[in-house]
Amino acid sequence: MPALPLHEAGKYVAAAYIVFLVLLAVYVAIMAAKVARIDRELGELAELAEARERERSGEREEVAA
Amino acid sequence: MSAFRAILAKDLRVELRTLESVPAMALFAVTTFVLFRFGLDRDSLAGGLAGGVLLATILFAAIVAVNRLFVAEREQGGFDAIRLAPVDAVALWAAKAVALVIYLAAFELVAVPIFAAFFLDSWAGIGPLVAILALADLGLGAVGALVSSLAASSRARDLVGPLVLLPLLVPVMIASAKGAEQLLAAGGPSYSGLGKWLAILALYDLTFAAIGFAVFDFVIED
Amino acid sequence: MKVPSVPSPRTTAIAAVALLAAGYSLVFFYAPNDADQGFIQKIFYLHVPLAICALLGFILAGIHSIRHLQTGDAKHDARSYVSIHISVIFGVAVLATGAIWARASWGKWWVWQEPTLVSFLIVFLLYCTYYPLRYAIADRDRQARYASVFAITAGAFVPLNFVAVRLAQPLVHPRVFATANGGLPASMLFTFLVCLAAMALLWITLVRFELAAKSSAGRLRRLRRALDGDLGLAGGSRIAPAVPPRAAGPS
Repeated sequence: MPALPLHEAGKYVAAAYIVFLVLLAVYVAIMAAKVARIDRELGELAELAEARERERSGEREEVAA
Repeated sequence: MSAFRAILAKDLRVELRTLESVPAMALFAVTTFVLFRFGLDRDSLAGGLAGGVLLATILFAAIVAVNRLFVAEREQGGFDAIRLAPVDAVALWAAKAVALVIYLAAFELVAVPIFAAFFLDSWAGIGPLVAILALADLGLGAVGALVSSLAASSRARDLVGPLVLLPLLVPVMIASAKGAEQLLAAGGPSYSGLGKWLAILALYDLTFAAIGFAVFDFVIED
Repeated sequence: MKVPSVPSPRTTAIAAVALLAAGYSLVFFYAPNDADQGFIQKIFYLHVPLAICALLGFILAGIHSIRHLQTGDAKHDARSYVSIHISVIFGVAVLATGAIWARASWGKWWVWQEPTLVSFLIVFLLYCTYYPLRYAIADRDRQARYASVFAITAGAFVPLNFVAVRLAQPLVHPRVFATANGGLPASMLFTFLVCLAAMALLWITLVRFELAAKSSAGRLRRLRRALDGDLGLAGGSRIAPAVPPRAAGPS
């Protein structure tokens, strides 16, 4: 089959590379969302841990006083 | 060895009910062929089409058998028994594989003559076809037993089994169909290049027999 | 004694991006046009490296699974799962770019006459069944073991399948994707190798990031359990294996 003229061929080549980039971008976006969620939960747990620390040191002060 | 024989005997007698199933197999084969006759709108077949119809029918029968292969073990704790007995777990896989092969051979013994009577103009290619079907059955047995055991402990096992099994069987289908195409050709069977397909089937059988042998212990262990 | 360390995920990522940029610059500014296919052939530099990396990834997953069964260490199962996962994603790209290439050079969106594309489809279909298989097994240990059995079986299947499909092609039919009648000229070969290396680095980068994310999610769950006693939001996926600490390697 004869080769397509450049302006026709260009579209297909572009489409192929764009499909690849879109897939990559979607994957990166999903990963970014996952990591953001992990970060957020880490933040929540860190607060939880700090709150407990404060309680415990608060209790110690009461006992000591 | 005796464990292998015991499991095999039990399976042939009870689970697959091979001899008792012969009438049912004949019925299944005839009905499937009738469906193909109308589905393809052909009343005689040759070459690739003939091979395809025959192999598809055998594949259907294989799927039915694979789904039933580990029923007893699953429901009555057969896996536990194998684990506790001082027996190589591989004996279970080997027995199941051979049971499946025997079941398929019995099915083909019934289905192929009916197929020839329904669709073929000449029976000349049937003899060598047996060699191809035999090698295909060995591959079906090895892979079928392995996949069936994986699916046995899963939910939706009747779906997962065939789902995983079918892509694995594509090389068997390719080689058998190509061989059958030559043997059932309209102008009479041709034997040139047949060795290639037999070789692929043999390679497939050896590969998956080796794999089943190597990994089955891990399927059984708890 | 200084132990050589594996480059960090960030380094691999940067190297991957750099090499991808270099490779595709070569594709469009250096490599000559193919005599037969013309400009369409440029897809070759994208499609084939993707396919090779996906297939090697599947085989690598089989190797991880062998180690998993040998050692019982869950980190090998995690590596196997992630390798298959990334390779399946690459597989989607292979089939999409292959279809575009087929449409451009043959007029149809799919051609059965191209044996490598057809074999790849079969392999892709097989590995797609990996997810329902894992999903259907509730017990974690058994799920991991059976997944490894599957990955080993499927890994052995890949070469066998390619041989079978290739032999099924009649010799007279021209390969749709045949590039140049007698091997690639040096400039094309060089460009191809750079693109292949870039894709391999990309694959490795994605695998390492996925493993790192799993490892963090696992640590998060353990932390939450230690603090809270309940799992809250991070209940964990039913099928994606949990990565034990430090399974992702030095980071």
